Formats: sequence, C-alpha cells, structure tokens
Amino acid sequence: MDKTINVTLKIWRQKGPKVKGAFETYKLDNISTDSSFLEMLDILNEQLVSKGQEPVVFDHDCREGICGACSLYINGHPHGPDDSVTTCQLHMRRFKDGETITIEPWRSAGFPVIRDLMVDRQAFEKIMQSGGYVSVNTGGVPDANAIGISKIDADEAMDSASCIGCGACVAACKNGSAMLFVSAKVSQLALLPQGRIEAARRAKAMVARMDELGFGNCTNTGACEAECPKNVSITNIARLNREFISAKLKD
Amino acid sequence: MTKIDAKIPQGPLAEKWSYYKSHQKLVNPANKRRLDIIVVGTGLAGASAAASLGELGFNVMNFCISDSPRRAHSIAAQGGINAAKNYQNDGDSVYRLFYDTIKGGDYRAREANVYRLAEVSNDIIDQCVAQGVPFAREYGGLLDNRSFGGAQVSRTFYAKGQTGQQLLLGAYSALSRQIEKKTVKLYTRYEMVDLVVIDGRARGIIARNLVTGKLERFAAHAVVIATGGYGNTFFLSTNAMNCNGSAAWQCYKKGAYFANPCMAQIHPTCIPVHGEFQSKLTLMSESLRNDGRIWVPKKKEDAAAIRAGKMKPTQIKEEDRDYYLERRYPAFGNLVPRDVASRAAKERCDAGFGVGNTGLAVYLDFSDAINRLGENVVRARYGNLFQMYEKIVDDNPYETPMMIYPAIHYTMGGTWVDYELQTSVPGLFAIGEANFSDHGANRLGASALMQGLADGYFVLPYTIQNYLADQIRVPRFSTELPEFASAEKEIQDRIAKLMSIKGKRTVDSIHKELGLIMWDFVGMGRNEEGLKTAIEKLKAVKKEFWSNVFIPGSGSDMNTELEKALRVADFIEIGELMARDALDRQESCGGHFREEYQTEEGEALRQDDKFSYVSCWKYMGEGQDPELIKEPLDYEFIVRQQRNYKA
Amino acid sequence: MWIFNSSIGRKLIMSLSGLFLISFLIVHLSANLALLAGTGGAATPAEIPYNVVCHFMDTNPFIMVMVPVLALGFLVHIVYAFILTAQNRKARGNDRYASSSKTNISWASKNMFILGIIVLGFLCLHLIHFWAKMQLQHFIGGTPDANAYQLAVDLFTNPVYVVIYIVWIWALWFHLTHGFWSAFQSMGLNNYNWMPRWKALGSVLATLIAIGFTIIPLFFMFGLNQ
Repeated sequence: MDKTINVTLKIWRQKGPKVKGAFETYKLDNISTDSSFLEMLDILNEQLVSKGQEPVVFDHDCREGICGACSLYINGHPHGPDDSVTTCQLHMRRFKDGETITIEPWRSAGFPVIRDLMVDRQAFEKIMQSGGYVSVNTGGVPDANAIGISKIDADEAMDSASCIGCGACVAACKNGSAMLFVSAKVSQLALLPQGRIEAARRAKAMVARMDELGFGNCTNTGACEAECPKNVSITNIARLNREFISAKLKD
Repeated sequence: MTKIDAKIPQGPLAEKWSYYKSHQKLVNPANKRRLDIIVVGTGLAGASAAASLGELGFNVMNFCISDSPRRAHSIAAQGGINAAKNYQNDGDSVYRLFYDTIKGGDYRAREANVYRLAEVSNDIIDQCVAQGVPFAREYGGLLDNRSFGGAQVSRTFYAKGQTGQQLLLGAYSALSRQIEKKTVKLYTRYEMVDLVVIDGRARGIIARNLVTGKLERFAAHAVVIATGGYGNTFFLSTNAMNCNGSAAWQCYKKGAYFANPCMAQIHPTCIPVHGEFQSKLTLMSESLRNDGRIWVPKKKEDAAAIRAGKMKPTQIKEEDRDYYLERRYPAFGNLVPRDVASRAAKERCDAGFGVGNTGLAVYLDFSDAINRLGENVVRARYGNLFQMYEKIVDDNPYETPMMIYPAIHYTMGGTWVDYELQTSVPGLFAIGEANFSDHGANRLGASALMQGLADGYFVLPYTIQNYLADQIRVPRFSTELPEFASAEKEIQDRIAKLMSIKGKRTVDSIHKELGLIMWDFVGMGRNEEGLKTAIEKLKAVKKEFWSNVFIPGSGSDMNTELEKALRVADFIEIGELMARDALDRQESCGGHFREEYQTEEGEALRQDDKFSYVSCWKYMGEGQDPELIKEPLDYEFIVRQQRNYKA
Repeated sequence: MWIFNSSIGRKLIMSLSGLFLISFLIVHLSANLALLAGTGGAATPAEIPYNVVCHFMDTNPFIMVMVPVLALGFLVHIVYAFILTAQNRKARGNDRYASSSKTNISWASKNMFILGIIVLGFLCLHLIHFWAKMQLQHFIGGTPDANAYQLAVDLFTNPVYVVIYIVWIWALWFHLTHGFWSAFQSMGLNNYNWMPRWKALGSVLATLIAIGFTIIPLFFMFGLNQ
C-alpha cells in the first residue's frame, strides 16, 4: 500500500507585513508519499486548527500548476526541488523519511510578506498595467485569419506566453530582478504582428514601470530560467533588451 | 403563481440578436461616465466584461478574490474554444454549432440564447487573435483546429494544452489596459459577501477585504456577477480551491432565481482519487480522447487481479479488453459527450470491471496511437498533459495506460437570467458559468470558454445598456443608506455567530462530509430514495456545522478558515437545493441521470412532455421551502430527439 | 538619459565597457607574448623584443590617446559594478533566505562582483609592479624603466608572485566566462541559436587569455628564458 514518511517542517510564521517573523518547527508523521506538498500543508493546518491554533497561511488555488498562485521557497528552491513544476504539483515522494523541510516565503523587496508564506505580488499587476497588452477595444477587429503568422513565431510566442506570473523568477534572483516576467510578455507580443505595432512603446513602458517599482538589474545568472516552473527561457530577456535598446535609440 | 419572462426578441431565430441590437436602448458617452457598474469576478466572463464596459466609458469596479485576475480558474481550461468559423471546410456553420450545443445539452437550453452564442463565437476568435493570443497555427500561417466531443466537425481553436490560460491572459491584458486608463478600478483579495438591493433593484455589494478582514460597502447602478460555478459543493472537484458558489447564493437569497441547480457536469477523464487526504482532482483534457482509447478488462478475474496488484494492464491481451465506448457508440466512439462517457465508466466500475487499487478507474490507452503515429507525435500533441499525469501519479503514460475516472467539473445550473443576462432582480446580471447558461443539461467540451467570452465581450456590453439607459438620471448612491448598513450588519452577525460556535470540527472535515453525501446521492446516478436520504443528511450536516464548527483567530482580521467557513455554509445549502431540484426532475437528461428513467440499454430517458422547462427556484426565507417556478422551453426551430451517438 | 537611468541602459554600459576591456586584454596579451622571445640574443636591453614592443607602445600616438580612454573604461566598469550591486542588494530586500540557494547556476555568474573585486585588487598590484615604472612615467614626465623585460624577470623568478599572478588570471577567467556572453545578452544580441555560440566563444576566449597570461610567469619561473 501507500508508503508514508515522517517529516520535520521549519516554517516561516509572520503575523503581518510590519511584524517580525520567525521560524516555527512542526513534526508531521505518516505522510503518504502520494500526497502533494500542499496536501501535506493541509494536513498540518488541520492538525493546527484541531489544536485551536491558527493555520499557516499560503497562497494556492488551482492546484494543477497553471494559476500561478502558489509560491513557497522550499529547501533552497522556489517551488521546491522538482523540475518544471509549481509547488502544488510537487509531491512528497521527492522527500526522504525523517527529512527536515524549510519553507519560506518569496524574499524580495518587490514582494513584501502579507502573512506567513503569503506575499504581495501587486508589483506584477502594475507592470502588466503599464503596457502588457495590445491596445485594441472589443469589436471591430479583422478576421482571425486575415493576418498569417508563421507557425515558428506563433509557437515561440506561445512559449513566452506560458508564464504564469508566480514570481519564482524574482524569488530565485539574487538581484530581485523581474526581467524574466517582463520579457516573457514583451516577447510574446513582439513576436506577433498584432503586438508588433506598439512593441517599442510597450517595451519602454514596462521597463520603466519595472524600474520604478524597485526591481533589480539583471546580471544574467539564469537562476530565473532554472527555477521557472514553465521553463520560460532567458532568450526572452535578450529580446527585451534588444527591443528596449532599439526603441530608445530610435527616439 | 409567479410568471417568468425570458424576454426573447421576436423574429426568426437567426435574426433575433440583430433585431435586439438594433432596437435596444443605448447610453450616450457622456452619460456612461456617470454610471457605475460593479463586476464581481475576473475570470473569462468577468475580466472580458469589465474590460469591455470600461472601454465603452462606464465607471467599473471589478472585484477579484485572488491576488490577481490571472488566477481565476478559467486559466485551467486545457483543450480549446469552439467557433463556427468553418476554416476547415468540413461543413461547419453557425446553425450546426447551435444544433450541436442544443443536442449536447439534451434539449434543455433556450434556443434563442444558444443561437446567439453560436453567432458571436466567430467574433471571439477574431478578438482574441487581435489581442495577441497565440493560437496554434499551420505552417501556412493560418489557424489550426482540433476535434472535441459531441461534434463531427473540427471547430476547436487551441493554444497547446493551455487555451484557457491564453484566453484569460488576453482578457486580463485588456482589463489591465483599462485599469491603467482608470476606467476600471480593480479590488484584489476582496470577496463579495452580500448583495445590496434598494427598492427592488441591485445597487451594490458588501465585500470582505481578505487581507484586513474588514467589511466594505460599494454602491453602483448595476451589479454583474461572474463568479463561476458551485462544483466545489462536492469538496473534490476539478475546480480550484477558491471556487465557490457564495456570490450566486447571496443573490439567490436576495431574490434572484436559481435555475437548474441539479445540472452538474461530471467530466470523464480525471485522475482518480487516491487517498482521503486528497484536496482536489486534476482534469486530463478531453482532447486526449482524440487519440486515447478507453477500456476495462473483459473478464472480472483480470480486473480483480489488477486491483490486487497481481497483474499489469499491459499483460492483458487485446481480445480480453473491452473498449466499451467503441462497442456501445460506434459512430462517436471515444468522442461521445462527457455525460455519456462518464456514465459508461461508472457502469463498468459498478459492474466490477474497474481497475486501480480502489476499483474506481478505467484505462485511457495511447499504445495504438503511439504505434500508429510514433511516440514523438503523441508527445508533441499531449506532452504537457502526460508530464502532468506523470508528476501526479508517478507512472509513465507512454508505457502503461493512464487511469482515469469521472469527477465533478462544471455546473450548467446557476443564477437564472433572461435573454439580456439579467437575473430576476432588476439591475443584477449574471454571466459565464455563474448563470444557468446556454448549456442545458450538459455542456460540450470547449464551450465554456466560448460562453464566458461571448457573455463578457459581446452580449452583456449591449444588454446592460438597455437597463442602464433608464438609470441615467439616478445619481450615485451613498453607501450610508440604511440598506447598506443592514446588509453589513447581517453579514457581521453571521461572522460573529460562526466565530462564537467554538466547536470541535474543522471546516474542511465538514466540507468533506458534505462532499461524500453529494457524490454518493447527488452524483452520477440519482434516484428518489437516495435524494431524499441526501436531503435528510444535509440537514444534519447543516446542524452539525452551525453547532460544532471551530474557527481559530479573529473575525476582523485575515482569516483563511473563516473564508472557507462562509463558503461551506453556503455549499451546504446549495447542496440541498441541488438534491431538491434533482428530486423534482423525474427524468434523465444530460448530466442529470435518474436511475428510474433510462432506456433498456441504460441511456438517459428524457420526459419531454413533463420536464421541458427550466426549474427556477425562488428563495422564500430561512427554514421555508423554496418555490419552484417553471420557465417552459418551447422549441420553435428544432425537433427534439433522443440523443443518439451510436450511428 | 535612458542609458543612465534605466536598468537596461546601465547594463548596456556594463557590457560595452566590459567588451572594451576584453579587447584591451587581447592587445595586452599580444604584446606580452613578446616576453616569451626572451632576450632574443639582443646585445643591449633596448633590443630585447619585449622592450621594443614597450617602446612602440609608449610612443605610438594612438596608444597614447587610448590610455586615458582605457582608464575611463576601467573606471566606468568598476563604478557601475558598485552602483548595480548596491541597487540589486536593495531590490533583494533586507530579509534573506535561511536556506541557502540550491539553484543550479554557474558559480561565476553569482559572484561577478567578488570576482571583479579580486581582479581589481590584483590589478592595482600589477600597476605598481609594472605600469607605474613604465608607461606612467611618460605621462608624469619621469624616466621610464628602460628595461621592462628585466622587471618581468625579477618579479617572476619569485614563486610567490607567480602564484599570486596565476590566481589573479584564473579569477579573471571566471569573470570572463560569464562576462563575455552576458555582454551580448545585455545588448540584446542573443537568441536560442546564439546562446550556446556566445557561451562557447566566451569560454574559448577566456581560456586562451588565461593560458596566455599564465604561461608568461611560469616561463620565467622555470627559467625558460635562459
């Protein structure tokens, strides 16, 4: 039947943005290796609530790796030790019996802690609002097949568009840079004829907003790409640099 | 008895929507700025509506339960979106999409609404492409299509296995643009907790700021709810953890009819349940049924050996496998609609042929496709889904067949709306999955995205003006009005009551209990006795909840347990209404299968003479039985037939 | 001006100045390879091949113009390294992870600033050992050491200095393996195809430069000039 393990959890608890936080240690026994990491945290929370304590707060929603809500810095990795998955898709079979698991919130000045493991990612919203779109209103657009798009460009745009906005790139970056996030959106829209028209304006606006919000400078360590659950490539960053520099040179 | 008017425009089917649009009232640009609209929800329907209304010049307030609109569960739709473009030259048309949707819904949807949906489906694709949605393309540069269940044409547009994500990001982009332009104000981490009705019209909401725990009041000339379905009543479903039916339920309690609550879709291809700690179920896209073949062992002893772990599926010889969908439905084979596929799986498992260690699973086998097309082609088509399966189950689907089982996925029922998407409360509109919608008793694959965006981009922005045109002289409302105060007081008392119970049970434990009752008695197969049992059991659950739940922390601070408790309190009542509706509907149609009403071959048997109506439930007060109002479904243009996917 | 007040502009400054410094390294190495000719059977110090090269360098007008430009290049690269590092530390925030990062990325890329500091430290030492006695004198009106070749011989017969120089050169190697391709990435001149090419080219270039500069002290230490 199911294999079970016992684990020790070191979890960051913090009451609010301005309150000092600290690690708490919890022991959890008989966790099925088939359960997901968040289900393991559910079990912990059930136990805490049963004891009259407040549960550990963390963001989560779809639990199938696409909404980007879940975060967590687990044992030195955003989204934990497995490759190409979000925390919600991480399973306990990746951990050993008796292992100590350290769970922390995303750490970056751009993502202040709200409570425990939940952080505020409004900065990403603000970046999107500065230009992460094609400026078209509803209605009055040409037929979908009016403009042909090469399959290669469409596929590459799709790869860039697979970003889920979770913030693991910023969390992994020693510089707290949001370049992978910004570049993924700029690339997606720059690759498509519909988005090409305002590509220069978009690149300038999004970079300006990103800088304004205090994200760091990219030093090309590639940590973002290594930890991205959707394998978004840093070639997007090169494209953003290219778009931005050429836009500025044309001004 | 209350009469119900769906406000269907006059004229031939194909001209109703054009007729409506050319005769409706509009609001001029200067007046739009003076009108406030609240949109609750930021999924496909909510985001597209908020963005479109903002573009038109209305002053929009948009509420999001998560930290970003991009978290809405529309994002998880995998397979695609239907449209009657006929780009493939395979005989598609607006009429055919309309017909397939009506038939797929087992003749329990409104003709005029569905025809309009099929009509605007093409505009949606155009709109999304213009927004930069990277749909899959052919080498020639034009859009590609795939097939989906319940249709004989390829009309599904897709973006890898992430179509919902890309469409939502498109709508979210449009919304972000309006937020920057300040036509839309976005409130993230806010949950609507009550509807405010003044003089019979929806005039605002009370929302709980989930970060501070404070209740806040918002006033507007109209309220739109786009808050999705109530599938999480079952605890285990493919819905996201935050999906809930509470907004719709509050509207119900303030006078909006709740329509067809029993009509819930059970999706045939989900990863089976594997333990009691499980928090949700994961869907495997319907598109897998294009190439995967569904089977169980022919011999009971083989199935038993597999369950005991003594035998592997690959050891079962071809002639000992029962490809039951191909056997029962030769014309559609593995691509029968969802309700049919789900019931067939349950039938086999109930008969003792199920596999997996619980016996509640069937195989979805790709070995034929791999032999025919090569592993690389299969990987290119479904690679991300296979990877997801492997991460969850720890089994390689290229080598051993996937195991799947049906799970609750979508609710066709919801807040009743007329042709204008207006509920029975004037000024309150419902769009997307939140309304009882265009899918009748069963939704076809790739139609939810279509409906959500149709409502948000192309229907509501028109129809809401017909209402608001009368409101231009109404000044902005003050949130100090007594109606706001009393609504806030009501919810405050409710929270205080919940916090004061201090019982022994966690919210989740009660929710799981609710889910089991729902799955056992109001699930895939329902019968009179079971439904009556369910109603009794749900009453007991409700009592247990309100006397023995425990919520730690404070009611006026961030409190995730309290959030869950408020939702579960509503789920219990929704569950009861579902059971009540299922009990009333003495027929089988689509997702609603009453065991008493089936053909000799076990197919759903409708009772058109008695049940060709929409069940609209009207709230009559706490402890009172709700009133059932019937909206007759008169089919003017289509002749009802027994659904046949066999030939 | 965008180049100074945008993050990408600042990175462009780093990449351009970095590539300029790499071009200097190549010129410098080419000149230094003359040391490997030893005394070349010269009768007077002025005829020693390396000294001939040095004389050419000290009197060539182009080189004389480039020296201040080079100094500026160093200054910009160093000053911006400090500015960017300070900004990045701020962006990272005051709260640090308790568990150390297990992200699998190149060691050099994480430690460019430290590597830069090491390179800078040794650079100062190097300037004192050689440049201060040689080219600097031309600028301040002093008398340059006529036999630069002998300076190298004297220094590198001391194994301590040989070790110090080799450590320095290999710190530079690390710095360049990341710096070279990274410069092209920051300028936007990169994509799926060019990523492995720039990385390979950067590694080859860094290795050639490092080997070249490593051979010279070893050459003298083992007395191969005799």
